[in-house]
Amino acid sequence: MRAITSWGRLSDNSHHVVDLVDAREASLLQNLVGSGAGIAYGNGRSYGDACLNSGGNLWTTRGLDHLVAFDRVTGRLVCEPGVLLKDIMAVTVPMGWMLPVTPGTQMGTVGGAVANDIHGKNHHAFGTFGDHVQHIRLLRTDGEIIECGPDNRSDWFAATLGGIGLTGLIVQVTIQLRKIPSAWLETESKPYFDLSQFFALSDQSEADWENTVSWIDCLAGSGGRGVFMRANFTAIDGRGNEQSQPKNKVKKVPFVPPVSLINQWSLKPFNHLYFWRNSRKTGRSLAHYQPFFYPLDNLHDWNKLYGPKGFYQYQSVIPREVGQDATAAMLTEIGRSGQGSFLSVLKTFGNRQSLGMLSFPRPGVTLALDFPNRGKDTLNLFDRLDSIVREAKGRIYLAKDARMPRDLFEAGYPRLGEFLKYRDPGISSAMSRRLID
Amino acid sequence: MQKKIVIVGATSAIATHCARIWATSGQSISFTLLGRDIERLDRVATDLRARGQHVTVSTQTVEFVNPVVIQSVVDQIELNGHTDIVLIAHGSLGDQAKSQSDLTFNASELEINAISPVLYAEAFAQHMDKAGKGTIAVIGSVAGDRGRQSNYVYGAAKGLVTRYLQGLQHRFAGTAIKVVLIKPGPTDTPMTAHLKDQGVRMASVETVAQGIVSAVEAGKTVAYVPGKWALIMLIIQHLPNFVFNKLRI
Repeated sequence: MRAITSWGRLSDNSHHVVDLVDAREASLLQNLVGSGAGIAYGNGRSYGDACLNSGGNLWTTRGLDHLVAFDRVTGRLVCEPGVLLKDIMAVTVPMGWMLPVTPGTQMGTVGGAVANDIHGKNHHAFGTFGDHVQHIRLLRTDGEIIECGPDNRSDWFAATLGGIGLTGLIVQVTIQLRKIPSAWLETESKPYFDLSQFFALSDQSEADWENTVSWIDCLAGSGGRGVFMRANFTAIDGRGNEQSQPKNKVKKVPFVPPVSLINQWSLKPFNHLYFWRNSRKTGRSLAHYQPFFYPLDNLHDWNKLYGPKGFYQYQSVIPREVGQDATAAMLTEIGRSGQGSFLSVLKTFGNRQSLGMLSFPRPGVTLALDFPNRGKDTLNLFDRLDSIVREAKGRIYLAKDARMPRDLFEAGYPRLGEFLKYRDPGISSAMSRRLID
Repeated sequence: MQKKIVIVGATSAIATHCARIWATSGQSISFTLLGRDIERLDRVATDLRARGQHVTVSTQTVEFVNPVVIQSVVDQIELNGHTDIVLIAHGSLGDQAKSQSDLTFNASELEINAISPVLYAEAFAQHMDKAGKGTIAVIGSVAGDRGRQSNYVYGAAKGLVTRYLQGLQHRFAGTAIKVVLIKPGPTDTPMTAHLKDQGVRMASVETVAQGIVSAVEAGKTVAYVPGKWALIMLIIQHLPNFVFNKLRI
């Protein structure tokens, strides 16, 4: 038995860990059957309980980390599920190819990216990770192998994209990469002083800017203030520019502090300072893709900063029609509670539905905030945020969730009934028991 | 100029990660991967071809303990061109308790971890001696530095490798032939999954592989990876018995 945490570090329960290493299906199958249901675990970057199975089996996929093929002419990549997004980028970026969609970290696995149908700052232009997956090979715990893609058994494909690992073990994925002119982006940042300005900036930017995102001061109240950032890949090579060099020096949070270092005393001054500094240094500059897309990847174990009790992330998406009002209402609740973190992101999604039955992205605006776990206070705040999301007909991201009530899940994911037909009875997770079973 | 790298035991996690670092270094490299299981070797070969821009890879199944086979395999490899680097990485982290009760198992553990790697090293040394250049790198272990109750069968085998390589280093001192002994500390690989369950803290295989490739490229004589193990083992080697015997390590 091994103590396992997910990214939020809310629990460290024992799991019976089976490390998958041999990629042959006969060997994989042997590991999946026999001792009860389990769930695949990649690099533990989902925040809540999607990748956990307390007391039960956990099938780790990091040993399944081999590339199977990479076509340098077409940009088609075939790989095993335990490959890190980072490792793909390290191989393909020097050849002018890149994963079209990545989240705010490249430390996740390909299997995790599929199972959570992750999105990035370019959702309005590139959709979700699943929009670029051409093929998935799925191993069911009864030994059946299902080959599926957007045009081939597309029902299985739609169930598996965003299906939080519940349809079978993903054993191989084919991804169409995208061409990039260089590893550099031309970026521009602009402060905004209320939500109308944020929405105006988003609307103006979506046509011409491939990436948009904003940092929001979660304690600023219903008005909301923040820094809007947008970026496009550029052919200008930034290597000559000292300032914009990616810092490859990795730092590590060396231990778990006894209390969260992100708290009511540190948060407000930090947010003031951050806003004040960034609202003054606006304008265009060059940025390497790594610090732009993955600002925290060089600070290993940053999740430990939240102390021994861990933290929650609350990420919702609200339909655009009510997006501004609902976001304002949520910010009011959060401002009143005094809880939150520096890591607060507000972004609009593009006007497209996701392929996956349980995929998170949908047209609207998404707000993502970290909250140090302060027990009942934090959970009560979430209940109040839930009512706003429920009323606005929004949904909460499964990859981040550790606590949403079942009715909110069911209301937010109307294709759940359809999804259930594709579940693998030999697979179970803490999340599936909490929300589905 | 193309570099020729031979890896014995190429499907081990540490060896695979070393090969990936070389494959993506931008150098032109021809790999020869040796191992027992052709399917697993081909999986590594395919991975390296996908990663490297200037890489060719061939695979070959081999017998690890038969000296006649080792000699002919290495002679054959050398017929196709001189080897620049050989990384000898195979081994088995066998069950200590089983080795104590089952002498046949014990003997096979000693053979695979001690005799086999040094015979491979000697076979490559014959050819490098003639060519006057080359690098022989062998993955030993910190376990070879002092016999400990928890794994002295493995440790003794690695200790033999240590002495043998010292001899080779002495023999080739002052030549262009480098003999590199690598001593990884506990590393997070499939071979050590049981240690993880016991809560042992381990270095990531990427970190260890990076340390190995740097040591090999630099032609170091002994490299502890991560480096902190040099200090830890220095202390453990010099603990007086009255202290050491109280430790259950």
